[in-house]
Amino acid sequence: MTTLTISPDQDSAELSRFVAGIPLAEIDVSRPSLFQSDKIGAFFERLRREDPVHYCAESSYGPYWSITRYDDIMAVDTNHKVYSSEAKLGGIAIQDMHSDQSNLELEMFIAMDQPKHDAQRKAVTPAVAPSNLLLLEPVIRERAGAILDALPVGEEIDWVKSVSVELTTMTLATLFDFPWDERARLTRWSDVTTAIPGAGIVDSFEQRREELIECAMYFKGLWDQRTDQPGGTDLISMMANSPATRDMPFLEFLGNLLLLIVGGNDTTRNSISGGVLALNRHPDQYDKLRRDPALIGSMVPEIIRWQTPLTHMRRTALEDSEIGGKRIAKGEKVVMWYLSGNRDETAIEQPEEFIIDRKNPRQHLSFGYGIHRCMGNRLAELQLRIIWEEIQKRFHFVEVVGEPERLLSNLVRGITRLPVKLHAH
Amino acid sequence: MIKVTFIASDGRTFPVEIGEGLTAREAALFNDVPGIDGDCGGQCACATCHVLVDPAWIDQVGRLAEDSMEADLLQFAEGTTAQSRLACQVKLDARLDGIVLHVPEQQY
Ligand code: HEM
Ligand code: FES
Repeated sequence: MTTLTISPDQDSAELSRFVAGIPLAEIDVSRPSLFQSDKIGAFFERLRREDPVHYCAESSYGPYWSITRYDDIMAVDTNHKVYSSEAKLGGIAIQDMHSDQSNLELEMFIAMDQPKHDAQRKAVTPAVAPSNLLLLEPVIRERAGAILDALPVGEEIDWVKSVSVELTTMTLATLFDFPWDERARLTRWSDVTTAIPGAGIVDSFEQRREELIECAMYFKGLWDQRTDQPGGTDLISMMANSPATRDMPFLEFLGNLLLLIVGGNDTTRNSISGGVLALNRHPDQYDKLRRDPALIGSMVPEIIRWQTPLTHMRRTALEDSEIGGKRIAKGEKVVMWYLSGNRDETAIEQPEEFIIDRKNPRQHLSFGYGIHRCMGNRLAELQLRIIWEEIQKRFHFVEVVGEPERLLSNLVRGITRLPVKLHAH
Repeated sequence: MIKVTFIASDGRTFPVEIGEGLTAREAALFNDVPGIDGDCGGQCACATCHVLVDPAWIDQVGRLAEDSMEADLLQFAEGTTAQSRLACQVKLDARLDGIVLHVPEQQY
């Protein structure tokens, strides 16, 4: 396979020409560096046009299919009888789940098929019902306000570190009524849960296991304290007291709990950063927002589309099937590139543009569709709405003053650094 | 035109009219009936268009088919009853002229 050298200052026309020159069969969109440099869009654009259901025979993750168009992604996502999420078959990301190295295997229903998935999801769903979460709104709002009030105006700061991470940790701690002073542990455990040893978070599977056991003990303590204390509206109290979940085996409870933490951590964080970047790249939209803050309601789903916090979900074919005229064989890996589908002009008008008052802002793929559709989708929107309302109250302009740095990952579309200057009203 | 009446959980009613052949989801969205979002565009993939068909109309509409995608999705929705359907799967024809649909208290 040819090694591609893409210079950072290549403009988009140059990049398109370059991408057009690569033999189709050699296009491998799984390379994390393409996401880090944010050049991936040009590759997806070519695939959507010329080979929307694309086979890559050789990659660091083995052979895989890329599904790049909106409608085809919808077809795969809604066909859970043929396209499996099961962890033992590899799970939900292009990188196979490791089911052997760790003795602490957390079972999460995001990587299960029917019927087990359905039973577990049904049990946990009421805990994140927006009607319940509305009760937490005043606390989230007040704490978001305090974080924003402490920021220095007019100085360069890193929005990711000072704001996105802080706000996300704060909302997680509030949702779980987690001891406030120890809230950084929540973020740590979230990172550890998804960590691959040696990639910066943990050094070994043993370390991961030890930290997760510590996490388990900690939550066990909170669970025991809150059992038989009705009235708590945090997620742990709800799960500890609801008939559907109170007798859950502990490891299952832990798996589900961590799924709620992990599900809402990177995704929310990067939506907060992505929103600031999007508004800066589209100043006319920022003006619109200043004139009419009520547009936050439709801006939030548009941010989630534009950012696409999870670039893909993966499935494994349980039988031979056909997508877009291509034959997919039983056992093959099928990757639904949400990031590509969210830029598909046959499904979304002016998909490259960030438009905060779109007509159907929720018609995007960022939450997936079908039985695995994000269980926290309205919760995510609720948090982002509160946060944006508080930002707009305080700042006339969150000005991006340097280039963003992006995460080296083909799954989490992350912004790791975003230098900004705050301007008060 | 087909007449459809949506009744919100707080009792407010939304009488609307819509062309034959469209769905109850479109009847709600085109007329800004609150509580029905229809995120997936009517493709039976999101369950944000859940309605409770008025008991007087459920036989004409038909009950939820077991083992269908619609049933798979509705099992996670809140406030489901034996009259639950996804509005995008209710196609409006002359037989359903005058239908009454209740919007559940919470949708997600
Ligand atoms: C903008 C923020 C978020 C994005 C973009 C996002 C995205 C996703 C995606 C793509 C899926 C998988 C869909 C599939 O496999 O087809 C998913 C599933 C899930 N998400 Fe989220 N998520 C977000 C926030 C949250 C939050 C805040 C929570 C916490 C409650 C959460 C909890 C879950 C759970 C529990 C699942 C598994 C659902 C299942 O398998 O049935 N997510 N999310
Ligand atoms: S609109 Fe999505 S299921 Fe009806």
